[in-house]
Amino acid sequence: MEKWRAADRLLKFSSRFASAVNWNNSCKSKQGKYFYSVATTVHRNPLFSSISPDDISYFKTILGERGVVQDALALDAANTDWMGKYRGSSKLLLQPKNTEEVSQILKYCNSRCLAVVPQGGNTGLVGGSVPVFDEVIINVGLMRNILSFDKVSGVLVCEAGCILENLISFLDDEGFIMPLDLGAKGSCQIGGNVSTNAGGLRLLRYGSLHGSVLGLEAVLANGTVLDMLGTLRKDNTGYDLKHLFIGSEGSLGIVTKVSILTPPKLSSVNIAFLACEDYTSCQKLLLEAKKKLGGILSAFEFLDSDAMSLVLKHLDGVRNPLPPSIHNFYILIETTGSNETFDKENLEAFLLHSVESGLVANGVLAQDINQASSFWHIREGLPEALMKAGAVYKYDLSLPLEKMYDLVEEMRVQIGPAAKVVAYGHLGDGNLHLNISAPAYDDNILAKIEPFVYEWTSKNRGSISAEHGLGLMKAAKIHYSKSPETVQVMASIKKLLDPNGILNPYKVLPSSLFSQN
Amino acid sequence: MKIMVAIKRVIDYAVKIRVKPDKSGVETNNVKMSMNPFCEIALEEALRIKESGLASEVIAVSMGPTQVVDTIRTGLAMGADRAIHVDYPGTLYPLSVAKILKALVEIEKPGLIFLGKQAIDDDCNQTGQMIAGLLKWPQGTFASKVVLDKEKQTAVVDREVDGGLETLCLDLPAVITADLRLNQPRYATLPNIMKAKSKVIKKLTPEDLKVEIKSDIEVVKVTEPPKRKAGVLVSSVDELIDKLKNEARVV
Repeated sequence: MEKWRAADRLLKFSSRFASAVNWNNSCKSKQGKYFYSVATTVHRNPLFSSISPDDISYFKTILGERGVVQDALALDAANTDWMGKYRGSSKLLLQPKNTEEVSQILKYCNSRCLAVVPQGGNTGLVGGSVPVFDEVIINVGLMRNILSFDKVSGVLVCEAGCILENLISFLDDEGFIMPLDLGAKGSCQIGGNVSTNAGGLRLLRYGSLHGSVLGLEAVLANGTVLDMLGTLRKDNTGYDLKHLFIGSEGSLGIVTKVSILTPPKLSSVNIAFLACEDYTSCQKLLLEAKKKLGGILSAFEFLDSDAMSLVLKHLDGVRNPLPPSIHNFYILIETTGSNETFDKENLEAFLLHSVESGLVANGVLAQDINQASSFWHIREGLPEALMKAGAVYKYDLSLPLEKMYDLVEEMRVQIGPAAKVVAYGHLGDGNLHLNISAPAYDDNILAKIEPFVYEWTSKNRGSISAEHGLGLMKAAKIHYSKSPETVQVMASIKKLLDPNGILNPYKVLPSSLFSQN
Repeated sequence: MKIMVAIKRVIDYAVKIRVKPDKSGVETNNVKMSMNPFCEIALEEALRIKESGLASEVIAVSMGPTQVVDTIRTGLAMGADRAIHVDYPGTLYPLSVAKILKALVEIEKPGLIFLGKQAIDDDCNQTGQMIAGLLKWPQGTFASKVVLDKEKQTAVVDREVDGGLETLCLDLPAVITADLRLNQPRYATLPNIMKAKSKVIKKLTPEDLKVEIKSDIEVVKVTEPPKRKAGVLVSSVDELIDKLKNEARVV
């Protein structure tokens, strides 16, 4: 099993590296700027300083030679996001080993007015983890110690650079699991997960990070270390500041340590891969699943026929669970409980009833862990398959359940034959991952997508970013989902905690809020 | 022609195995169990042969305590027509399994017996060979390809051997054990799971079959393999030679 994991990580890394190299070649002319030319262009804030040799020497005294990286190849990787879509031109990557070093670096950068980008696994999908211009990259990847684990309460305390999959392995030995799981687990780090309030595949069962993170330690722009690293389930003493950092995408502080409540690992996991003929059946199935499987339901994902065709075509080691045809919709249901026989009977009875009542056209039930992994691989491999298929415009939306697929169909009409509209997502959470797959990035296609998709979402009181965050991609778009008054308060908080605006500038909130006066 | 497939319930191959503290065996409490992967492949091949019209019926057979019925149900859900459960509470070693299978063969009279090449819990790789010996039937083990000829009543089997592939022609009735590359087993579909509920699982005991279970093997101790030691960086060729000579003792 370990060998499989290592090989899988190698495969993920090599395909990611290959795709990064591809896009570098095709987009060299647009170096330094991002790829959406139709959207508002961003200008480098003239108040930010540029790196000087004195700065480099100072950083070397704090971090040592190895902590200060100026090597072109390493910088190239750190400057480019996972999709190869956003590319900065930073000349400096810093790798602190502990909170004290992070504090000293930030204090110095603040005093020098040097902009910084906090970076973890660099798997974000909205350009939030790479520089826009020459911001200094502060990568916490070396801070990867597990500090403590309480076997009774399940509270795990670890540094921000711990890779999610490593935490999952560690907890596995102890009989616990992480409350979140996502396709990027082999590379993403817990600090980044917390900073982006990552959702993932099990939010349906274990809730969001706002619930499971019990505490964190963060460093503010001026180097102040905020120790909020509680391990208590309940603590109503004052304003719960940690929530500001969860999901603020590194714009209010750098998360250096996380304290998280981990659920016990339950032995009975069952997974079914089902085919439905129409979207209405999918919705009804979700309602039925919540009623009949309630306590044991742990994931409810969907993908449409275009998504399935894409995965079968571009992903290795994947086969159609329901050959020979491609059905209109696929639903992946996972249950996690403590009684294997009971759970399996319960799930089987529910599924057979769904077939009899016509909600489900056909389906398969995994008979061993290997089959279960292969079903998950189809769903988790979608982002990778989309990358391999060519250029992809990604949208991550929260919408009312009954309206969700209407958007997909209207988008197909909008786009026409120029590109393929692929839909999948966490149906159980009302979260649609809308992806438009085209042979190459094309502003004409972009013009058909934006602002249509944001306006549609706003009109239906949805969120233009369910879990991916705003990053650079949607920095100017927050008004589609939040009121002006709310955004003003956010700007005030940002100015309070980061008066010079050095933390992850140009992202999350519209730059217009911070125009120099 | 009937095909009999022997399937075994084992710890799921993706599970991390733990040795019991008293070293008497491996921890099976609360651990996910499933059909042995090679047995799954054997059953899949039998089903394909039936679907091509060369066999009339596929009978799944499994031996062990009551929980074994879960695995039998998986076999029925994949498409086996009926099943036999030989109820026995303890551990059965290959020779006992072979003797029971022989007794069943004398009742059912199949034209072909399919097994997995080995079980992933004990890695014995003996049962197929033993049953062939007891029945005095030809055997094609480690099969990566099976082609039946109804008229000639033969099976041409490609075997995976150390040197490559060996092709044998067996006169039926015969014993074939499945290797990894024989096929990719199907998933259990909901309609088939539904049909499986009405399929018959006949329950027998070794006594019914007049087979005496006595084992010549006793498991004395089960331990984990020694933990891999970390590698050591050497600073010079002389140090390397010294270590190879005096520590590893390979030079």
